[in-house]
Amino acid sequence: MNPFSFRRCWSWLCLFVMLSGLPLSVSAALAPERVSGFAGDFSSRLAAIEALGADGGADAHRVLDALENGMLGVIDGQVVIVEGDAIRDAASGEAAEGDVAAVTVITVNNRIRRALISARATLALAADDVATRLAAAHTLGESPAAEQMPLLEQALAREKNDNVRAVLMRAIARINLASPDAALRRQAAEDLGSASDPVVRNLLAALLEKRDGDWVEPDAEVRAAAVRSMTSIERRITAAQAMGTVFSGLSLGSILLLAALGLAITYGVMGVINMAHGELLMIGAYATFVVQGVFREHFPQWVDGYVIAAIPVAFLVAALAGVVMERLVLRHLYGRPLESLLATWGLSLVLIQGARVTFGPQNLELSNPSWMTGGIELAAGVVLPFNRIVIIGFAAFVLLLVWLMMQKTRLGMFVRAVTQNRPMAGCVGVPTARVDTLAFAIGSGVAGLGGLALSQVANVGPAMGQGYIVDTFMVVVLGGVGQLAGAVWAALGLGIVSKFLEGWAGAVIAKILVLVFIIIFIQKRPQGLFALKGRFADD
Amino acid sequence: MRIPFTVRLLRGAPKSGWIALLIIAFIAWVAVPFAHLALPPEHAFYLPGYAVKLVGKIMCYMTVAVAMDLVWGYTGILSLGHGLFFALGGYAFGMYLMRQIGRDGSYGADLPDFMVFLDWKELPWYWTGSDSFAWAIFLAMALPGLVAFAFGYFAFRSRIRGVYFSIITQALTYAAMLLFFRNETGFGGNNGFTDFKRILGYDITSPQMRVVLFGLSAALLIACLSLGRYLVGSRLGRVLAAIRDAESRAMFIGYNPLHYKLFIWTLSAVMCGLAGALYVPQMGIINPSEMSPANSIEIAVWVAVGGRGTLTGAVFGAGIVNLAKSYLTATMSEYWPFFLGGLFIVVTLYLPDGVAGLWRRFVERKAATTTAVEAETEAKPTKTAGASA
Amino acid sequence: MQNRRSFIKALVLSASIAAIGAPVHAADTIKVGVLHSLSGTMAISETALKNTALLAIEEINASGGVLGKQLEAVVVDPASDWPLFAEKARQLVSQDKVAVVFGCWTSVSRKSVNPVFKELNGLLFYPVQYEGEELEKNVFYTGAAPNQQAIPAVEYLMSEEGGGAKRFVLLGTDYVYPRTTNKILRAFLKSKGVKDEDILETYTPFGHSDYQTIIADIKKFASTGRKTTVISTINGDSNVPFYKELGNAGLKATDVPVVAFSVGEEELRGVDTKPLVGHLAAWNYFESLKNAENTAFIAKYRAWAKANGVPNADTVVTNDPMEATYVGIHMWKQAVEKAGSTDTDKVIAALSGQTFKAPSGFTLTMDKTNHHLHKPVFIGEVRADGQFDVVWQTKQPIRAQPWSPYIAGNEGKQGL
Repeated sequence: MNPFSFRRCWSWLCLFVMLSGLPLSVSAALAPERVSGFAGDFSSRLAAIEALGADGGADAHRVLDALENGMLGVIDGQVVIVEGDAIRDAASGEAAEGDVAAVTVITVNNRIRRALISARATLALAADDVATRLAAAHTLGESPAAEQMPLLEQALAREKNDNVRAVLMRAIARINLASPDAALRRQAAEDLGSASDPVVRNLLAALLEKRDGDWVEPDAEVRAAAVRSMTSIERRITAAQAMGTVFSGLSLGSILLLAALGLAITYGVMGVINMAHGELLMIGAYATFVVQGVFREHFPQWVDGYVIAAIPVAFLVAALAGVVMERLVLRHLYGRPLESLLATWGLSLVLIQGARVTFGPQNLELSNPSWMTGGIELAAGVVLPFNRIVIIGFAAFVLLLVWLMMQKTRLGMFVRAVTQNRPMAGCVGVPTARVDTLAFAIGSGVAGLGGLALSQVANVGPAMGQGYIVDTFMVVVLGGVGQLAGAVWAALGLGIVSKFLEGWAGAVIAKILVLVFIIIFIQKRPQGLFALKGRFADD
Repeated sequence: MRIPFTVRLLRGAPKSGWIALLIIAFIAWVAVPFAHLALPPEHAFYLPGYAVKLVGKIMCYMTVAVAMDLVWGYTGILSLGHGLFFALGGYAFGMYLMRQIGRDGSYGADLPDFMVFLDWKELPWYWTGSDSFAWAIFLAMALPGLVAFAFGYFAFRSRIRGVYFSIITQALTYAAMLLFFRNETGFGGNNGFTDFKRILGYDITSPQMRVVLFGLSAALLIACLSLGRYLVGSRLGRVLAAIRDAESRAMFIGYNPLHYKLFIWTLSAVMCGLAGALYVPQMGIINPSEMSPANSIEIAVWVAVGGRGTLTGAVFGAGIVNLAKSYLTATMSEYWPFFLGGLFIVVTLYLPDGVAGLWRRFVERKAATTTAVEAETEAKPTKTAGASA
Repeated sequence: MQNRRSFIKALVLSASIAAIGAPVHAADTIKVGVLHSLSGTMAISETALKNTALLAIEEINASGGVLGKQLEAVVVDPASDWPLFAEKARQLVSQDKVAVVFGCWTSVSRKSVNPVFKELNGLLFYPVQYEGEELEKNVFYTGAAPNQQAIPAVEYLMSEEGGGAKRFVLLGTDYVYPRTTNKILRAFLKSKGVKDEDILETYTPFGHSDYQTIIADIKKFASTGRKTTVISTINGDSNVPFYKELGNAGLKATDVPVVAFSVGEEELRGVDTKPLVGHLAAWNYFESLKNAENTAFIAKYRAWAKANGVPNADTVVTNDPMEATYVGIHMWKQAVEKAGSTDTDKVIAALSGQTFKAPSGFTLTMDKTNHHLHKPVFIGEVRADGQFDVVWQTKQPIRAQPWSPYIAGNEGKQGL
């Protein structure tokens, strides 16, 4: 995207290849027939990659690296590596004749990349580092082929580490499941009991099927072993999946909470239906984007920290926007809460189009910092992504701050007083106008933090806030106006219920059911989960 | 304080009002058809089809605004889900229009194209009778009315009010939108209904049909406006205002707010349904985005701009906002939301009673300068927009 | 009392405003309508098409215009509101008297304006890949029909080179384009011997932003050990959360590749593409294509964006629908010159068989009967910089089949 960074990547790559390739090319050369497969058709290329991986040694890395980086090419039937303006013979590493422009670079697609990963893993089985070997064993264990048997057995024979051995044994067991020897099959079925991979479960289940009246697995003992292993795998998978669903629900809930918390404050205090609340989320996300840009430009070495730096920025920018909104528009609407709907709707239109005109209509690209990418694998197929874990933690942190502010500070006390009874609070000397402004600023700032969190999982675009209008209002209303605890329970409850329903009925129906549920629930408890206690004259 | 009903009715609709109605009726039913059908396109007074359709559409919106004002302005119930009733009416009539396509669809089948596409072999049960015009009209009223009645009954019985009510109406229309988006629901999914061919066998694209639909829209608007006028001037209207201003007190006096609210709420939904039924053949499409929460908010915005609590104000509001939108989207295609958004803000801040309030103030000032004495007895400003709702 | 009188005034006023809305149009220009959403949900995609249309119009004007007249663009904003599309189309054709309209993106917007163009005998160029199943006399389709995008992509995925996929997840947003495409693909896969249990079809609502459950389902489906691939027709805005979730859940392109039909360079601008390397897209044009026409096209667009103050002008990209818009305008110009008039019927006649050397590097031909272009198909893999590496392409342009032979009842419906 950015030509500058692309060129820099390129030069790094060249440097890397030169450093790793040059000394090796002196030490040894590959036999020309080892690379000649690359000049052939697609399947001969795949075969060449596999062969290089199986018994390649260090020199094979050089060719594989070149292939992966799109530097391996063919010119006049000769397989060469392109390095900038120079060409080298792939096998010998010697400089070769020819024009760079005439080289047909070998296209690397997913199939080639997969072969490369597997070839790399094969090479890595001999590595010194345990972690590398473990990762390699996992990679090979994902879909072991019968031809890899000797290789896996060799690796197992020289392997000392228990973890790596376990993975290798399972890989071997998977191949052995198809063995003609019943004893081997039984052993394999037993060995696989320690897996937690649905792939393995399906393999075992296949043994227990009947085809044309005959068992796929003729031996009863093997079948019994398979049943035992399957139950233990299934137990693990079920537990992991249930945890996965609860986690998804918590994650959705925490996002809803972050989006709605600010609204719970502003709505609770001022009774203003702030239709521009979604746009405050948008402002927070855009502030995060700007911070990311600043970091990329000026502090590339700390770019992973941009999210942390964005926390105060997103808060302040959104809070400032909130103050401006409050001072210019909303404070003139006291006592006319429903009319504030109109003004804030107008504000929302203006803000959306403003973002569109200044930042462009496209979504903005925000990358997760490296410490927020990837995830913890509970079991095969159930991954808890780091970005979601961080957001759950962040939601708890924001909640704690807001709670402290509301319960432990003088301002918080004022805010609660105004929420409960505005005229009375005014009578006893609470400066209601200033409390309003401050509360609105804090609520908006919290919305900005919500936007920051959203930017890590969802779209960042001018209209991003629109998608949250309905959801955030649901949370606030369900929880009970002016009740932080209510908002928390409502958000988490909605998140988890949605996720369980979604697994059962699909996304669309789940959403409809949740909305219908809210409508019915409000009939039962018109003031939400946690209504303010006390008696009110409703007029 | 208590003024006899007849007096109020007369006061609500003085002679000049009847004359005004006649003039509108003349324009809608004589002048427009003449200008559109009889005059050649080169003529200076020729009314192009585009304008007829645009004004026809806006009149449907005006009707919705009247319906909205009855529940919001006069009863204090802010609905953020009126788009649902409008769309339901539209869908009910749209079903009829789809059936009228007959075998002229792209698959040449008896079923609507989207059903052929879903491999459905016969019409689902809820499409029964959809080939009958009378049934379609009935459904366009009954369906929104029924939904509103059921929803309103439970909501009002639980005494859900204010913002809570607004939010659950929003949830209702949003849920309905998602439901209608599903292809399996049987209403054409995201595409909805389009490519209509005829009504009662007459070509839907003909100028004559356009004028007829225009006339009907005008008739509906006049009818709803008159009915609304009559209702708010009646005793019922005063109970509604009492509920708006102090529901508990109205209840303590002995009125059951449930009945009154439910009546006006259902009536409002029926009006919206009819407006939707007329909107669809004029715009040529109905799809679930009509039910999006944003559309319903816009309806409330029209009323607020016009001035809630005055029916003519609501009509004005719908007209002003929609004409502005039509005009601005064509002339300043990238910046129109600034103007429209700005308009909403300015109206709320400086014209709390909307355009109607401005007009009233203007008239009062004029009256005050010319005949100061008479003004005092007659033109007491009726504060209609309540302090809170 | 005054209210009623004022109401009449308003009505008369509104009618007259509408009536006199049309400005008197000058005879020395040819008006061209641009009907793309510049606000609302679709602005994200359609704004770039408006820009491309204006660029092409400027370019034609700079080279002397059409029939000796300058083109005058009339840009309106239908605001992602489908009935408004119909209204604006009517305004363009009947009030502004434009000779042709370039516009629409979503299927529903096209369906909404079709009757208008038919009634007023206008001319619309529709530049986006779509589901087919329609053929209108007044519409020219410069995007791909399903057989020019979806089917070649699936064939590629099933091939040895593409990874030999055996199981397919058909994942889409719930509206007509994904539904139709998936219906065609299901029939196509069946014809290739894929069983129903090896196909998982799921839909998410518009604007869906939480893909955790879907990704878990895909993983479960992929856990048979047989090669699985995801065919995504997820619509614009939902793609970012989908790909983010995909990357974080550890589904790599080498395990379960995702091929998308609605994700191009413009959509990837909003995504961090590093975790997505290797996922695929099928289009009839990629910005990364190397040929003289494309280099010139990209340079022109960049310069235009800079000169016209497009936000983030230094990072603008070109994509398939933009190319289709560009090709459409130029073909229309050629047809008008051939016909010697902007009369709709004459231009329609002149358009059949028009050719244009497109930025895709191929010479595209407008089919003689079915109003679609013959287009080449490219399959690209996402690169870390948000561009695509073309890993497969057709030898020559393919003729469109708007009525898919894989849908019953379409036999023999291939032309107008």
